Amino acid sequence: MPQTATANILSILETDFSGVVEEWLGTQVKEGVKRSDLFSDSESRAQNQELLKAFVKGIRVGVVNEEFSLEDDAWEDLRAVLSDVSKERVGRGVTPTEMATFVLALKAPLFKRLEAMPGVEGGKLVREVLMVTRLVDAFAIYTNEIFIGERDQIIERQRQEMLELSTPVVELWDRVLTLPLIGTLDSVRAQEVMENLLQTILERQAEVVIMDITGVGTVDTQVAQHLLRAAAAVRLMGAECIISGISPMIAQTMVQLGIDVGTVSTRSSIRAALSDALQKVGYVIKTTEAS
Amino acid sequence: MSGVTSINLVENALLVSIQDDVTDTEIVALQETLSNRIAKERVKGVILDISSLEIVDTFVGRVIAQLAGISRLLAAETYVVGMRPAVAVTLVELGMYLPDIRTALSLTHALSQLRRA
Repeated sequence: MPQTATANILSILETDFSGVVEEWLGTQVKEGVKRSDLFSDSESRAQNQELLKAFVKGIRVGVVNEEFSLEDDAWEDLRAVLSDVSKERVGRGVTPTEMATFVLALKAPLFKRLEAMPGVEGGKLVREVLMVTRLVDAFAIYTNEIFIGERDQIIERQRQEMLELSTPVVELWDRVLTLPLIGTLDSVRAQEVMENLLQTILERQAEVVIMDITGVGTVDTQVAQHLLRAAAAVRLMGAECIISGISPMIAQTMVQLGIDVGTVSTRSSIRAALSDALQKVGYVIKTTEAS
Repeated sequence: MSGVTSINLVENALLVSIQDDVTDTEIVALQETLSNRIAKERVKGVILDISSLEIVDTFVGRVIAQLAGISRLLAAETYVVGMRPAVAVTLVELGMYLPDIRTALSLTHALSQLRRA
C-alpha cells in the first residue's frame, strides 16, 4: 500500500475541497435533510466547510495505521465544531435521523472521487472505500452522541428550572417567610425544598416560616414525613415552623394514618398562620378608625 | 482545656463556641469544664454557638444533647445557635431532632429570649 491508507482520501479532500463541500450539500438536498427552511444556503455552506476542514485535520493527524478514535486530541477541532453545529440544530428542531443522514451524505461525493482516481481499483478500491466508510460512520455516530447529549442538557436544565420554579420561598413580612407547596412532594423535591428553605432562613434571618400545603393534593405518610422533617430542620436552625392549609379532609386522613405532628403548630388557613406569625415577631394587625 | 473551644460569660449566660476542628476528646472534656462553670457562676443559660461546625455526626449530636441534659439539671437552659442548613439537614436525617434543646438563629436572639425568661 502506498504511504498510508488515508493518502488518497486526503489528496481528494485537499485538492477538491470546495467541490466535495458542494456535492455534500447536493446530497443533503437529495436526501431531504438540508432543512433549507431552518438554515440559509450560506449558513449551511459555512457549517459544512468548517466541519469538513476539521474532519480533514483529524484524518491527517489522528489516523495511525488505519486506527483512530474520535476521543483523541487530534479530533479536538472536529468535536468543537460538531458541538457548535449540533447546538444550533437542536435549538432549531432538527431530528436525530436528519442529523445522522446529514453527515452520512458525505460518503457519496468521496466514493465517487475515489472511483475516478487512476490506479485505484479492485481490492484497493474496496479497502479505500472501507476506510472512508469507517471514518464517516464514526463521524456520524459521534455526531448523534453529541446531538443526544445536547438534548439531555436541555431536558436537565428544564427539570432544574421546574424544580426551582415549584419551590419558591417568599418573604411575607420582616422575619416571616412562606413556602407555598403545590403538586406532589416526592423525596427529590422535598430535599430541594428543605435546602432552599434553610438557606433562605439563614440569609433573611427569618424567625417564622409558614409551610402552606393548600396546593398539595394528597397527604400520605410519605409526604407528612417530609413535612415534619423539614419542620424539624427549621427548628434546629432556630426558627419556628407553622404548617398551614390543612383542610378538614387532610386532617382526617392524617389522624387515620396515625401521623403525629409533635410540637409543630398547624393552622387550617394561611390567613390564620400569618396572623400567628406576625404576633410571634411582635406585630399586631389593627383595623383603622374609618372602617 | 485546649484553646479551640472557649467559654465566656455573656450577661447571665455562658457562651460556648465550638470550633470546626474540635476533637472527640476535647468535646468530652468540655462537658466537665462546662458543668463546673455552670455551678460556679450560677448562670441562667448556656449558649452553644455551632456556627463554625460544618460537619456533625451522631457523636457530636449526642454530646450536644448531653450538654443540654447536664445544664438542665444545674438549672440552666441550653440554646443552640447558628446551626448551618447542611448541619440541620444532617441531624434530621440521622434522626436526631434534639427535642429538649432550644434553638435560636443567633446569639442576639438567644440572649433576648433568655432575658425574657
